[in-house]
Amino acid sequence: MYSFDLVRPTSMEDAVAALGQEDSQPLSGGQTLIPTLKQRLAMPSTLVSLSAIAELKGVSVDGNTLTIGGGTTHAEVAAEAGAYPGLAALAGQIGDPAVRNRGTIGGSLANNDPSACYPAAALGSGATIVTNTREVAADDYFQGMFATALEENEIVTAVKFPIPEKAAYIKFQQPASRFALVGVFVSKGADGVRVAVTGASNDGVFRWSEAEEALNGNFAADAVEALSAPSGADMISDLHGSGDYRAHLVKVMTKRAVAKANG
Amino acid sequence: MAEVTMKVNGKSVTKSVKGNTLMTEFLRDELRLTGTHVGCDTSQCGACTIHVNGKQVKACTMFAGECDGAEIGTIEGQAAPDGTLNAIQAAFKEYHGLQCGFCTPGMVMAASSLLKDNPKPTEAEVRHHLEGNICRCTGYHNIVRAILAASGQDVPAVAAE
Repeated sequence: MYSFDLVRPTSMEDAVAALGQEDSQPLSGGQTLIPTLKQRLAMPSTLVSLSAIAELKGVSVDGNTLTIGGGTTHAEVAAEAGAYPGLAALAGQIGDPAVRNRGTIGGSLANNDPSACYPAAALGSGATIVTNTREVAADDYFQGMFATALEENEIVTAVKFPIPEKAAYIKFQQPASRFALVGVFVSKGADGVRVAVTGASNDGVFRWSEAEEALNGNFAADAVEALSAPSGADMISDLHGSGDYRAHLVKVMTKRAVAKANG
Repeated sequence: MAEVTMKVNGKSVTKSVKGNTLMTEFLRDELRLTGTHVGCDTSQCGACTIHVNGKQVKACTMFAGECDGAEIGTIEGQAAPDGTLNAIQAAFKEYHGLQCGFCTPGMVMAASSLLKDNPKPTEAEVRHHLEGNICRCTGYHNIVRAILAASGQDVPAVAAE
């Protein structure tokens, strides 16, 4: 690693002030950023740890909305988001127990790894990403591989999920990294069905609109069976699987997710 | 450099650390607690598993500066001061849950965290919990048997897949 200072503010005001310094960078759970720093792919002068800011932590329910603080770990979401079982189950399957005790929802969404699980949950639920300056709908937030609507030094302070009637996430796990080779999050809520796919596309998480249309008519795995899989041309192709293989998995995982949601 | 204070295995320590000092480096190089092993240094193998405020984490993927004020548990704090092994360690010995021993500190720390939350896990739950701990000798069956024994449950003669 290059050399840097680590500061650990206890309030958002102090964190924002610290991030105003040149070449400073926020650090949440560090489960992606620390390996990145070890490979010398980032060279911040100061890392601003968000781990001591109490207001970024916690899960709360207000009516039909589940709000999760940006600094809440995957393990905490798995244990405390019982009001939205599909989301709690997704959080409990990220990485491994040690990773889940450090990694945070805000960090995952800010990073927007094309194979991460949380982007599928946020887009597949029609969540709202809350930052220190504004609120962004998930549909506008994800802008491609590792790209989001976040401005420089904008911090994800919370994520608001409308709790759907039914939801489930199924991932086909890359066995070494436990990232999703393909993961599909399906929800059926007040505004209809959403199908969000992670791990597959070169453009990062996306909604499979044909499947949403079919499932709005009939929320059953059979409704997906009649569709052809999305094109593999724009899918990620690597040593773990070709684009066509991933496209095939999108359809299979969607069927399984619908079956599980109906479970 | 910044000063950090934390409790390691019940004992308070205060040291100056650089921003990029990892917990593995802090424990091994500063405190000379070399039981926390560095297998991969890339957050894959779990040999560096420690407890921070009672939660298992990979010490290679956390900065010492972030542990300021925390309670840290390492493998050195598992046995009694007179050297008597705790139930998990004793079961690893009894059931031959280690071969080369390199992964053992991480396995024991992960197992202790599992049994704290789930005192009577099923075999499948044990295996699921050990997802982030790799044994390079591939001696998983006996590790699983040792953890089941430590939980006071019957141990299958040959652990199933």
